[in-house]
Amino acid sequence: MSFTIKKEGEIVVVDVEGQLIVGNRQELKQKVLDELERGEKKFLIDFAQTGYIDSSGLGVLVSLSKKIREQGGELRLANLNDDLKTLFELTKLDTLFQISDTRDRALASF
Amino acid sequence: MAATPPSDAGLRVSLEVEIPSDVSYIERVVDLIRHPCAELAYNAHQLALNVPVALSEAISNAILRANNEDPDKRVFVRAEVDTRQLVVDVQDEGEPFDLDGNIRDATNPDNIEREDGRGLFLMRALMDRVERFDANGIPSGNIVRLILSRA
Repeated sequence: MSFTIKKEGEIVVVDVEGQLIVGNRQELKQKVLDELERGEKKFLIDFAQTGYIDSSGLGVLVSLSKKIREQGGELRLANLNDDLKTLFELTKLDTLFQISDTRDRALASF
Repeated sequence: MAATPPSDAGLRVSLEVEIPSDVSYIERVVDLIRHPCAELAYNAHQLALNVPVALSEAISNAILRANNEDPDKRVFVRAEVDTRQLVVDVQDEGEPFDLDGNIRDATNPDNIEREDGRGLFLMRALMDRVERFDANGIPSGNIVRLILSRA
């Protein structure tokens, strides 16, 4: 499992490879907060290569969303497979996040 | 004439795994239990969502909440898988807790923006049954039993 961060124009894109779970959530949180501290405002997390997400992973996404909004920024999500969509629907987190089917659509939506 | 392979219906896989109270072991245990479920043709959604997420929640609850990440305490996971159902017992060495009393409705508007409190809710949502009972042997603690019928 790993997190890759790159810039697409003025958007910070994070790829989550493998699981987003209690054992690695702090690493994702810290990487995004470091970018926020550098002044970045627009964030996209891409789950195209993600396996499963547990409640701690969901919690980190909620926490990051709040912190980014507090700084006047925005966090959007892309490429949730059917199972990840089910997870977001079960927890109603699909109502909290703007979620795009593809990375390109998400990038164009900012 | 080639012999007909035996049906999976007669198979039962039993696993016992013991880990320290360290969350870095969770993914490995999930993989160990998911593998026989895949062999016995549990469906793709169960393999990608129900089994790994509910198991992760039960094990992380045992490590973080019940055992408080105490390096002297262990987590014991026992799984039985057949073509009918998966039954997993996750045993900790912590104080008894009220499983039902601690489940918070994660979909309540007041809870949506909370960082925590989705673990037990997800276990209940993703398994057919979730039970807690006292482990009366040595060590004592809680056993959380997850049951999922094969789909």
